[in-house]
Amino acid sequence: MSARVSETTRAGLRGHPGRIALVLTGAGAVGLLISLPLGAVFYYALREGWAAYFGYLLAPDTRHAIGLSLLAAGVALPVNTVFGLCAAWALAKFTFPGRRLLISLIELPLSISPIIIGVGYLFVFGLQGVLGPWLDDHGISMAFNVTSVVIVTTIVTSPYVFRELLPLMLAQGTQEEQAAVSLGAGAWKTFFRVTLPNVKWALFYGLTLSFARSLGEFGSVAVVSGAVRGETNTLTLQIDLLYHDQVQTAAFAVASVLTSFALVTLLIKTWVERRESVDSP
Amino acid sequence: MSIIARNITKTFGAYTALNDVSLDVPEGKLVALLGPSGSGKTTLLRIIAGLEFSDPGSGRIDFHGTDVTDIPAGKRGVGFVFQHYALFRHMTVAQNIAFGLTVQPRRERQSAEQIQARVKELLKLIQLDDLGARYPTQLSGGQRQRVALARALAVQPKVLLLDEPFGALDARVRKDLRRWLRQFQREIGITTVFVTHDQEEALELADQVVVMNNAKIEQVGTPQEVYDQPASPFVIEFLGNVNRFAALGHPLPGAGPDVIYVRPHDVDIQRHYEGEHGVRVRVQHVFSAGNYGRVALVRLDNGDTIDAELSRVRLKELGLAAGDEAHVVFRHIRLFPAGAFVERDVAADDATPAVVDAGRDI
Repeated sequence: MSARVSETTRAGLRGHPGRIALVLTGAGAVGLLISLPLGAVFYYALREGWAAYFGYLLAPDTRHAIGLSLLAAGVALPVNTVFGLCAAWALAKFTFPGRRLLISLIELPLSISPIIIGVGYLFVFGLQGVLGPWLDDHGISMAFNVTSVVIVTTIVTSPYVFRELLPLMLAQGTQEEQAAVSLGAGAWKTFFRVTLPNVKWALFYGLTLSFARSLGEFGSVAVVSGAVRGETNTLTLQIDLLYHDQVQTAAFAVASVLTSFALVTLLIKTWVERRESVDSP
Repeated sequence: MSIIARNITKTFGAYTALNDVSLDVPEGKLVALLGPSGSGKTTLLRIIAGLEFSDPGSGRIDFHGTDVTDIPAGKRGVGFVFQHYALFRHMTVAQNIAFGLTVQPRRERQSAEQIQARVKELLKLIQLDDLGARYPTQLSGGQRQRVALARALAVQPKVLLLDEPFGALDARVRKDLRRWLRQFQREIGITTVFVTHDQEEALELADQVVVMNNAKIEQVGTPQEVYDQPASPFVIEFLGNVNRFAALGHPLPGAGPDVIYVRPHDVDIQRHYEGEHGVRVRVQHVFSAGNYGRVALVRLDNGDTIDAELSRVRLKELGLAAGDEAHVVFRHIRLFPAGAFVERDVAADDATPAVVDAGRDI
């Protein structure tokens, strides 16, 4: 019904000056705010030619930064998968007091500024923090090193899988699980043969978002990493560093890597979105 | 396999879904749990299935003399068909049907060939031979329902439990499927319990009807028994249309301050009537389309409305039109002491019904 209305509206407005103006404004905004900066990234990155481009990318500090970003994502994604599945499952299939509050808490990293997460992390694990001195006494350092980068990235990206799964699991209800149980399937078989396949595309979608976010995370990582070149610098920090060092082409070269990751993620996301409709009830 | 449920109480917080309910289901019978929503019928079915458990310390479920109270659903040997089918959406029809067989522990599991053969046999049974490769979303409601049934039967349950099996289907499919299920149940002789809020469905399908209301069983009997000898005002009101009066307008032998019930098909309309049991009425409306004629009447003595049903032939004979005056005679009425109606929780036995055949002796 609504589809038909929009069809008629579209037909009625075809060639209408207002419509053309709107489309042009939209296209202009996208071009000016997204396409142009994106194009600029690749333009400046390749300004000195391919040889220089690969030279910048293969510099040890940059290689290390790419590695660290992938490591952080590589830890964050499995953790997010397990955490997101458990949390969404518990919150979708059961009701208990404090359920709404728990959902808000889990989604908190989405709504607060990443820099606050970073500062909060240092407040707990930093040397001047609540647990820091005790950890230091036991020879454990959890600030300004790789561990802190990985943990903070994981915290920042933790809600994404959960957020994709919860609404779908709520909509799907527990009937299929009950059917599986009544047919003699145990808890694990029910989970792996019914619950998980029913949400696999949403899970994948959530992971894509998580991946993009973990590579792109800047604020929280900037606070907790200490930005030691070749040690605790992630891709985003490396770009920032190079940019401020006035090595702009290098900064753009690294940025182009990050942008490429983002574009690939976007393609995968679009493809998954189409598949995901299969799961919806 | 017979089912015995004893003293089942189930509460959800402050809400009582079942209040000390006991039920016997004889082997091989098709039993309907009939009642309005909130009467506890689905909860009772789920407790029989083992998907829900009665309150701690209350109740006991026996399957064929064996206590299964604490045994979970998967091990009770029940086939459960869910109201909205609950087919596994990411599996094909064949995979759905095979599910119960493939999740069995490796030692007890049949070989892949045996499972495949069983699936084929079941597809044939539900008359969907060629649709094994389809996904549930590609099937019609009636087809999905039959797949859900086949899936439940694959593990060869000893008891079949169906929750509102026809609730989500349109009227025509419902009728066909009902007939099919009846025949099917007779053929394989499996003890079957189904939940419904549709009295027509219960009366048509079941060997035994269990009428439930307010977390209690009101009456158990054959369709004929519960329809002809309702044990309580609730039962008579729930099983089909009925006229309810506070008084009849003429004396009845042995009648006190009672509530009087007359089924519309027991209302006989006569143009001219000289006997002593007649009630004078005015015709309000005549509905002549349908399988039978229906007439809405108003009593001249107290303004009560009366619904009457009569054959189309009889309706034509009478030639009634709105505004006409006539007499009605009740062929069969049913009395309940007034208190039984006001107080819903008066036990069914207290509401001793009296039957008066008023029309017959004229």
